[in-house]
Amino acid sequence: MRDETSPAVGKGAGAWLQFALPVAVAALFLLAWDAAVRATHSEIFPRPIDVARGIGELIQKGLLLKYIVASLFRVTWGFGLAVLVGVPFGLFLGWFGRAYQAFNPMIQIFRPISPIAWIPVAILWFGITDLAPIFLIFLASVFPIAVSATAAVQNMQPVYLRAAQNFGLSRGELFRRVIFPSCLPQIITGLRIALGIAWLVVVAAEMIAVNSGLGYLIIDARNAGKRYDLVVAGMVMIGLIGLVLDLLVRRLETFDEVRWGYANRR
Amino acid sequence: MNPSAIAIRNLWMDFPGKRRGEHIHVLERINLEVAAGEFVCIVGPSGCGKSTLLNVIGGFLRQSRGEALVEGQPVHGPDPRRIFVFQENGVFPWLTVRENIGFGLSRTSLREREATVAHYTEMVGLVGFENAYPRELSGGMRQRVEIARALASNPDIIYMDEPFGALDFITRMKMRSDLTRIWQTEKKTILFVTHDIEEAVQLADRVLVMSKRPATIQEDVRIDIPRPRDLDSPGYLERRDHIFRAMGMSLRVGESVA
Repeated sequence: MRDETSPAVGKGAGAWLQFALPVAVAALFLLAWDAAVRATHSEIFPRPIDVARGIGELIQKGLLLKYIVASLFRVTWGFGLAVLVGVPFGLFLGWFGRAYQAFNPMIQIFRPISPIAWIPVAILWFGITDLAPIFLIFLASVFPIAVSATAAVQNMQPVYLRAAQNFGLSRGELFRRVIFPSCLPQIITGLRIALGIAWLVVVAAEMIAVNSGLGYLIIDARNAGKRYDLVVAGMVMIGLIGLVLDLLVRRLETFDEVRWGYANRR
Repeated sequence: MNPSAIAIRNLWMDFPGKRRGEHIHVLERINLEVAAGEFVCIVGPSGCGKSTLLNVIGGFLRQSRGEALVEGQPVHGPDPRRIFVFQENGVFPWLTVRENIGFGLSRTSLREREATVAHYTEMVGLVGFENAYPRELSGGMRQRVEIARALASNPDIIYMDEPFGALDFITRMKMRSDLTRIWQTEKKTILFVTHDIEEAVQLADRVLVMSKRPATIQEDVRIDIPRPRDLDSPGYLERRDHIFRAMGMSLRVGESVA
């Protein structure tokens, strides 16, 4: 829409603004932050430049990469298991109405329980090991994934199913050639939501259940000498990596096989 | 003697109503025959049950009473020898034009499949769009893909449920002449449901006029006009007007009908 009014001039200017506006907002934010810290003469809360130095320090000590890898490792396992369980289970519930009736109330009770509430249980079962946060991430992401897969089957256009039946597909073919591809756009949307939640949960879990990772970095920097420059450095890294993860999943939505499912968004 | 391609004998269709024990009669005492290779249109007022009838014949719905025979056999469900073309467009949006047209050919060899797909892509005028996805096509082109997909699997009968209903006037006219041309080369039996009387008279060998609900077949009008059909010839106008009147409609815009 933005380029249609004046295609020749608008395109160059539009592209430039698209880059310049967010940069300007970020710069304003940093300036305001800096001014606020100086105005309040805070001894503890860091200025942006302190945070940048903090990040530099973490890189030098080799901690940053180590903690990022630790957090991503847990998310990969927890989220990966959630995909492997959630997608088939969700499709199954969507296809078999009786199974949906049987399982759905239980799912709806489990779903609103914050993964944070499971932390004591996770520590009881798995101790201070990687398994505890992996379990928490799995719990947090399996429900949105399963629910979106279920909804995708239930909302499937009946005409696709009827066309497929008309061509005499076997059950396996029907699933592989019609049901799964027709549900894929909505499943990917579910994955995106779930990955966002998984990234929120790993930080919370690492604050309590383990002693590495970005969450641990934050709580450790606070406890060991009120190093708020490192606390905020950890927060910045969490934000940046969360952004990268979201961009990666968004890329899935641009494949030709699923783009039809997002017609209203692009 | 050859059995009719389609024979419907004393067919009734009820749907359960909102209240318990209530039934809505949709179809009542339907009798019809369609010969092999014939192009038959069913017209009727909106909501009269003509799509329901086509869905029973196509095997997607089960009648309450009576017999639906296709090629001498009772209908037990959808069958790849009879392909349905849907009003809502059943082209798969996750497949390209080429993959859609070849959808029903997974059991044939790759070479044969490619040749068939190429043949029907050309017949419906989609050469150059083989690798496009349905979302990149116009409504008319998507409907061509669905027709080509139906033809490619070489069915004996094609059922069409208001296939051009969502298209604009000019596209619809073009689709009708293309369908006529395709039918003349392919010699398939076509049973075509529409609410558009002109469409029916332009296309069909025979037009079956359905009444309001509970619907019966009220008239069976033979359209023995050679193709290509002249839309201002007296023969065309006479049959069109006859069906208009049979459906209780006025031929003058603005005149109220009892």
